[in-house]
Order: sequence, then C-alpha cells, then structure tokens
Amino acid sequence: MAITAETKKMTTLQVKRFKPSENPTNTYLTDEKGVWAWMTTVDHKKIGIMYLVSVAFFFALAGFLAIALRTELWTPAKTFIEADTYNQLFTLHGAMMVFFVLIPSIPAALGNFILPMQLGAKDVAFPRLNLASFYIYVIGAIFTFAALASGGFDTGWTFYTPYSSDTNAAGVIWVTLGVFILGFSSILTGTNFIATIHKLRAPGLEWGKLPLNIWALYATSIIQVLATPVLAITILLLAFENIMDIGIFDPAKGGDPVLFQHFFWFYSHPAVYIMIVPGFGIISEVITTFSKKTIFGYWAIALSSLAIAFIGFLVWGHHMFTSGQSAVATTVFSFLTFLVGIPTGIKILNWVATLYKGSIQMKTPMLYVFIFLFLFSIGGFTGITLGALSVDIHLHDTYYVVAHFHYVMMGGTLMALLAGLHYWWPKMTGKMYNETLGKIAAVLIFIGFNMTFLPQFVMGAQGMPRRYYNYIDQFTPFHQTSTIGSYILGVAFLIILYYLLKSLFGGEKAPSNPWNSRGLEWQSTSPPDFHNFDHTPVVINGPYDYHKPMEEFQLGLAVSHNGHDAHADVETKEEKA
Amino acid sequence: MGRLFDFMLPDNKSPLTADSTDGLFHFITEVSLVLLVGITIAMIYFAFKYKRKSEDDKTPLITHNNTLEITWSVIPLLITLVVFGWGYSGWLNLKAVPNDAYEIQATAYKWNWNFNYENGAQTLNELHVPAGRPVKVVMQSRDVLHSFFIPDYRVKHDVVPGRYTYVWFQAEEAGESQIFCAEYCGTSHSDMLAKVIVHEPDEFEEWLDLNGGGIQGSPVEQGEQLVNLQGCQACHSLDGSAKIGPTFKGLWGREQQLADGSTIIVDENYIRESILNPGSKVVEGYQNVMAPYEGRIDDDEITNIIEYLKTID
Repeated sequence: MAITAETKKMTTLQVKRFKPSENPTNTYLTDEKGVWAWMTTVDHKKIGIMYLVSVAFFFALAGFLAIALRTELWTPAKTFIEADTYNQLFTLHGAMMVFFVLIPSIPAALGNFILPMQLGAKDVAFPRLNLASFYIYVIGAIFTFAALASGGFDTGWTFYTPYSSDTNAAGVIWVTLGVFILGFSSILTGTNFIATIHKLRAPGLEWGKLPLNIWALYATSIIQVLATPVLAITILLLAFENIMDIGIFDPAKGGDPVLFQHFFWFYSHPAVYIMIVPGFGIISEVITTFSKKTIFGYWAIALSSLAIAFIGFLVWGHHMFTSGQSAVATTVFSFLTFLVGIPTGIKILNWVATLYKGSIQMKTPMLYVFIFLFLFSIGGFTGITLGALSVDIHLHDTYYVVAHFHYVMMGGTLMALLAGLHYWWPKMTGKMYNETLGKIAAVLIFIGFNMTFLPQFVMGAQGMPRRYYNYIDQFTPFHQTSTIGSYILGVAFLIILYYLLKSLFGGEKAPSNPWNSRGLEWQSTSPPDFHNFDHTPVVINGPYDYHKPMEEFQLGLAVSHNGHDAHADVETKEEKA
Repeated sequence: MGRLFDFMLPDNKSPLTADSTDGLFHFITEVSLVLLVGITIAMIYFAFKYKRKSEDDKTPLITHNNTLEITWSVIPLLITLVVFGWGYSGWLNLKAVPNDAYEIQATAYKWNWNFNYENGAQTLNELHVPAGRPVKVVMQSRDVLHSFFIPDYRVKHDVVPGRYTYVWFQAEEAGESQIFCAEYCGTSHSDMLAKVIVHEPDEFEEWLDLNGGGIQGSPVEQGEQLVNLQGCQACHSLDGSAKIGPTFKGLWGREQQLADGSTIIVDENYIRESILNPGSKVVEGYQNVMAPYEGRIDDDEITNIIEYLKTID
C-alpha cells in the first residue's frame, strides 16, 4: 500500500531490497565531467571533494611551515631564518591550520560527502548555499594571501591586541577580513547541515537511529551557527580600531586589551569543539564497523556531544587565567572547564567498551582509531592539568600548552580525519588504497607524533615559553628530538599522499561495501550514483545493529515517491522483495 | 616515578608559591598515567583477545550499562572536583600577598624589563631581591602585552598596558633564577629575558645602598646611565651594526634618509622628537616599532641623553 504524506501514523511502507551494484555504470564522477561542471556543481559529494582538496592543499602548506619552524629550532640561536620571518611563519602555520584546515576539514570535506548519504538524502537541504559556502571559503583564502602580499602578519593566530592593532596594520587587516569571510562559510555549512538533518532523513530514520556521526555533526553545526558571528563582530571591531582609530581594545586609544581576549576566546574556545566533535563522530562509525558490534552507550555518546557543545560555550575564560581577568571569573571558568572534561571522558570509555567482545579487524582506519584513543586521551588528561588554576599559572604560554593542543588537534582531530579518510576513501573514489603502506604510514605517524610532542610537555613544564625564536641552551636536546620527530611525520604524510594518489590511478576497484558496514552510506555503489541512491532508502534498524543480517539494511521504497515525512512502522514492513 | 617528576619541573626555589602547584601537578600526572595505562592496556588486550576470526563472526548485542556509565561519570567528576579545589586554593595563595612583602616596581616594554626600588635604585633586566622575605613585583607595560614568568617560583602574570598587575614570591636561598617574557610581543620576544638575583638580606641592603639615589654625575654620564637603564641598546647598537633600530654610532650630525623619501640632519630637535614620538620620522629601512616616550621622560633627561649620544662616534 502506497502512502501519502498526510497519513503519517500507523501506515505501512512498501519496501523491497535494493542490493547495491558492484559494477556501477553511472556514478557522480562520470555524470558531470570537466572543470566547469565541477566548479558549478551543486552535488554535495563533489563539493565535499573540492573542500577535501583545498584542505589538503592548506595542510601541506601549513605542514611545510611547521617543518621549517622545527628546523629553525634545531639550534638555540639563528639556524637559517630571521626572527621576523620565524614570527610570521608560526603565525601563518597556526592561522592556516585552524581556519583553513581543522575547522572545515571534517564537517565541510568529509561531512559534506557523508552526511546526506547517512541520512539517505539526495543532497543537503540547500545545495546552492553549499556551493556558495565553498566559494566564500576560497575568497577568505584569497584575502589571506593578500595579507601575505601586503607585508605579512606576525601576531600569532590569536591576534592579541594591542600588538595586532599597533604593528603591520595592513597585513593584519587583510588576514582578519579573510577570517571574517571564512566565518560565513562556516555558518552557512552549519545552517545547511541543521536543516538537512531535520528535514531530509530517509523514511524510518528517527532521531534514535541516527548514526553518531550525524549527532556529532549536528552538535558541531549548532556551535558553528552560534559562535562564529561573535568572531565576526570581534574582527569587525578590530578593523574599526585599526582603520578609524576608535579605541576599543588598544589602551593607547582608551580601549581594553583584555576585552579582546574575552571576545576572541568566546568564539575560539567553542571553535576547538568545532574541530574535535566531528572527529568523535568518525571514531564511532569506524570503531563499530571494525568491531562488527553495536556501539556501547549510544545515547551517552550522542548526548555528550550536545553537552560538550553547550558547556563549551561557558569555558572561554580558561585561556585567560594569567591575563588579569576578575578573580570570580577565573574561579568559575576553572570549575566549568572540569565539567566539560567529563562528557569527553565518557566518550572514550564508551568506545573502549565497544571493543569488548567485538570482532576486531585492525585495518588502517581502525589503527588510526587506536592511535586517536591513545593520543587524544593524553590531550584530555593534560587539559585537566591546564584547567587547574595554580598549575596553569606555571604552564600557561609554555610548550606544555603547545604539546597539549597538538595532542588534541593533531592527535585527535587529524587522526580522526585520517581514520575517516581511509574508511570512506573506497566510497568516495571507488578505489582501494594500499593497506600495507597505509599501516606503515600510520605507525610512522604514531612514532613521529610522539617524538615531536612528548618532549614539548617536558620542556614546557620546565619553563620553555612558546613562540620563542631563540631559547636558552638547556632546552636544546628536547627541541632537537622534537625536530627529528617532525621530519618523521613529514615522511609519513608523503607516503600517505603517494599511495592515495596511486590508488586513484590504477588502484584496485573498491566493492560497494568493503568493510561490511551496516551504515546507510555503504548501501550505495562505490562511488555513489549522482543522487546517492537510485531508490529512496528506508531505515528500520539502528545504524550499528550488527546482530541483524545485511539484507535488513538494504531496503528502499518499492514505489517511486520520496516517502519523506512518512514514518516507517517497524513491526510491519519486513516484506522484502 | 618521583625522579621523573623532579625532571619535569624546574627547581623549586620559592616553596611558598611553588609547593601547592608542584603537588597538584604530580597528583594529576600520576592519576592520568594510571588511567592512560589502564585504557591503553584494555584497548590492546581487546584487540588481541577479540581479533576477527572470520567474516561471519557473531558479536553479542551489548547496548549500554547504566551502572558503568554512572560509575565512570561520577568517579572522574569527583577526581576533577578535588583537582579544582586544590588548584583554587593554590591560586588563592598566589593572589594573596603577605603583608610584609618587599615591593619592587617593574616596567615591561619591547624588549626589556626595568626594575625600580624604594630608594631610587634602578636596574635593567636584573631583579635584585632579598632571600627569605616575600617580594611583591608590581608591573606595568609601556606598549603591548608582556608576561612576567619565573619558572623556578611557579609564578606568571600578564603585564598589561593601562593597568597594574602583580606577582609575589619568596626566594629562600641566595642564587639566580631565569625570568622569561611569556606573552608574544614581537621581533625580540624570545630575547626579553631577565634574571632574578637573590641576595642574603644584609648583602641586599648593601647592594641597595650602593645603587641607591638614582642617576648621578655629569650630563654625559647621566645620559649613558639612562640609555643603559632604558635598554636602548636592545635595538640601537653602539658599534655601528644595524639592529632593530639605527645604530647610535656616529648618529650625531649624520644626514639621515627617512622612510618618506626626505632627508634630515640629526640634531637636538630630531633626537627629541624621535624619543617622544618615534613614529613621526622613521628612518629608511626600519619598522616603526618603538614605544613613544611621551610623558615617560622629562626634558632634562632627554638633554642628558642627547649629550651622551653626541659622544658616540
């Protein structure tokens, strides 16, 4: 019996099994060809790929800068670049990694590709807006390069006043306007995802059956929409101060420099969760697939993402314990910081519990999940150290902080991104990467990463301040170990680049579901059809119901209407074709 | 284990401010290590124990366990509350300056620390303090944010233009400790270093008497002392080499090419203007980074500096 949208309750959907073809003739890659077709596409998958390429480009650039910085730090005095160059390079490294890599990496690149597919939708809710947000990102990038052309900027990615309003005004104005523009890209992607998750779920896909990746992207989108405007306002005020000489943050003009820090971290702390929460989503997907097991504590993980999103708005002041903010504020911010640590800890323990009695297959994505769990735990624990008021006074603005946020951002977000990239690579490209090289690179990354950043915890605790071009001799062995580690990391990323590119040209053809995942996105062809599925998927099971047979995850409407707004009746729709 | 942590933290030379911090640092690091090892062992054990045997492996349906969830939420919560309370009390102690603290005024500017003592003594990048007595350093900044950081004492505070901030500590023994600027402040941020020099109490009094009374001597001598105390040489060399600013050597009477294309002969009025408002006539090839001295130096002092500069050729 076919149904209409008006008869919602207690109706029966007529479903049949759609087994994805292993030899698709028509995919999103063959459908629209040529540069112009790509540039004007409204296909979320192509836009996701374009984001991925851009993110990879900026990652390579900012990573190369990191190698240059580490090389300069080989000796306590000048190694090969001047102090001003060094200051510009670390600023650029930070700004690019944060604004051009980490923030868009998982939501805009992988999220764009995967989110509509996991919802069983043909696209995001506003496909044209999606394309617009990509071009806004590109314009933001152009402004940043304009900043480089107009003398550069050396303020650190935090743009603290009055340094940023006093010096190199042209470069600072260009780059802050770039970040301002970039913010709109972030806001539009967030809005788009929220609308898509609310309105475009496949029939039967209730909130309680959403993949945890969707919950994570949902929480992230909320933060993007609510926090990013504050960054925009802050940057506009900074520009007003620089261009029109109005005193807002610069004490020489009657402003307050600490006010800038409040504004800045009001965005930039939640932004940390924009970067890490989508990573949590990927971990949940990969760990269940390679354990062949239901996630442990679905609601604990789903709701803790939302909890992190909300509490994350209330902890910005923990970046400012030494700044001269009020004592009451400092106390409250320290207290709330510990509260935001709890939901994060809950997630880690739930993931580990998911492994229990699983059927664990250590493929490259799973290897990255294990690396993630180890490195991100260290990032989390050292976050507790930094949240403690008295200890933070000693550690603030030292290499301990640098090591901490690299463990969270690189050990967390980037490892999750690599897990997701390898996990969905067959789906996105239709090709398999080289598993052996994948594992070798993962192990090298693990070694190189710890070698780079573990010594930084020690020298930070010993008092080595961050953003130092010269340093006192006693820190030399730590810096040199760290530099060698960074070279190993560089080699590992080159290996990844090599085998991923190689797989594109002449890699083994990927089956539709190489990991036997129950996820909806795997019930399409590899690579997917232009409209993702050539049927309207129907969902009856949870996304991680590995105890149920694969047939029950390959269902679609037997009749040809979209079926949105209809509720699948779980008891009655088992009639498979 | 104890030795590892001793290695991680610098010497504790001000127990009154450092003990609580060190204790908490050890506590958090030890608890974290135990938990990290636990999580890691569990992960690796599961990975081997439950390694996939075949693609047809069946796994049990374990959806959740409320007892476990509550346990591993409440226990970390309690631990972090302990950490919060411990950190808070240590921090209150860092804020509460003892009543008998010896007070020293500090001024930070790109890229020097200037210290002023009760009897008019002044030092550049050396903080002289008595041992066994609490010392309060009251700080201000002339230009951008800086941060006063002494790792050995576990104290740090931002130095903010337009407001006073302070730290206190009590060095127990004579000796030296490193001072860093911890807040990024431009080109020579990493060279904005200073030393704490701790004297035995009576030696400190002697040192104070010797250096008290401020700047003395002929105009040229006074000018030289001013230039040294203000740390002008951080940016202006005396030997002709170019640093962040033009050299002082042979400055007097030189024809100077300015950034706007014009030229000027260096005379009294040019030097005066360049001290009070350095941005008004920037020399070709240099950035405008010097903080204006307007309101921070009096006319006689400027005259003495000019007299001194005339002698450097």
